Amino acid sequence: MADAYEQQNVHEVYQQIAGHFSATRYKPWPIVERFLQELTPGSVGLDVGCGNGKNLMVNKDVFIVASDRSENLARIAVRHQPHSAVVADILELPHRDAFFDFAISIAVIHHLSTPARRVQAVAEILRTLSRGSETQPGGKLLVYAWALEQKDSRRGWDKGDPQDIMVPWVRKAKSDQEQSQTFHRYYHLYEEGELERDIAQAGGVVLESGYEKDNWWAIATPKPAP
Amino acid sequence: MKIITVNFVTCAVKECKTSPSSFPLHFHDAELELQEVDFQPEFIRNVIPRIDWEGLRATANELGFPSLPESKPEGEALNNEQTLKDLHRLLLETQVMDGKLVCGNCGHEYVIKEGIANFLLPSHLV
Repeated sequence: MADAYEQQNVHEVYQQIAGHFSATRYKPWPIVERFLQELTPGSVGLDVGCGNGKNLMVNKDVFIVASDRSENLARIAVRHQPHSAVVADILELPHRDAFFDFAISIAVIHHLSTPARRVQAVAEILRTLSRGSETQPGGKLLVYAWALEQKDSRRGWDKGDPQDIMVPWVRKAKSDQEQSQTFHRYYHLYEEGELERDIAQAGGVVLESGYEKDNWWAIATPKPAP
Repeated sequence: MKIITVNFVTCAVKECKTSPSSFPLHFHDAELELQEVDFQPEFIRNVIPRIDWEGLRATANELGFPSLPESKPEGEALNNEQTLKDLHRLLLETQVMDGKLVCGNCGHEYVIKEGIANFLLPSHLV
């Protein structure tokens, strides 16, 4: 079962590494920062898979309901005012249909272990965004996923390599008495064009897309009502 | 969990989303705490238009707060410092630390523990 697999190879790992993971992630990526800074003050949106909440520091003029599958990470994220953090699953978000002005999901959907679940995750976020009309644009989603094509990175993967992999997370020993611990997280590495295909399948329209810091990213909106 | 957050969540069960009785979720056994947050009048003024006022009134009522005005403050009323301060206190500074949020449609209870609400569903509800 895909959900049991993710429970063991994603969720439990993040619960274990939450503190250390958070200590190594403190700077929002430039395109995420730009997307959040350009929002109209008073906008209300979601950060799905917020991790330690580093992206909640960018804009205090909007309100973000952040969520993470890991309670330990949500507890770290909740410290960022004026925002909020809850524990939720990306496939069953506790939010109304067609309401929110924006959403971000940064480095999250690559942890879902089947193509159908990744599309479902995007569809679930798009469901919560306001629908556009002829006079008003719809809510916008910024989504990032780890790229297969990153031959210049420390990992060195590239086109043609396996896309479904286990990536080690090493928590170094703090003293001689302690042992270093290695955890493995499941990832699906996105190939060029795959994120856009997932968004289209999920009922979204891609407005902009690109590559940044070994990730593919896209800005999408739900298809306007016919 | 801040009171403002309750205005932006609903039941995680798919079938409940279309039912009007799933919003707002209802607090049970709520333990409240006041936590100071910097007062930004602009923030309150800008976010009020996005608040479901009926929902907020219901939530405030359930928690035993004095009744909010029947209609949402608009225009000139949003320049009233006291109105904004009162809303700031209710929306951002009032926290539910422990208790439950209950869906009026399916009855499912979401636990709030040390200020964090947990919306993960048991497998039979997924």
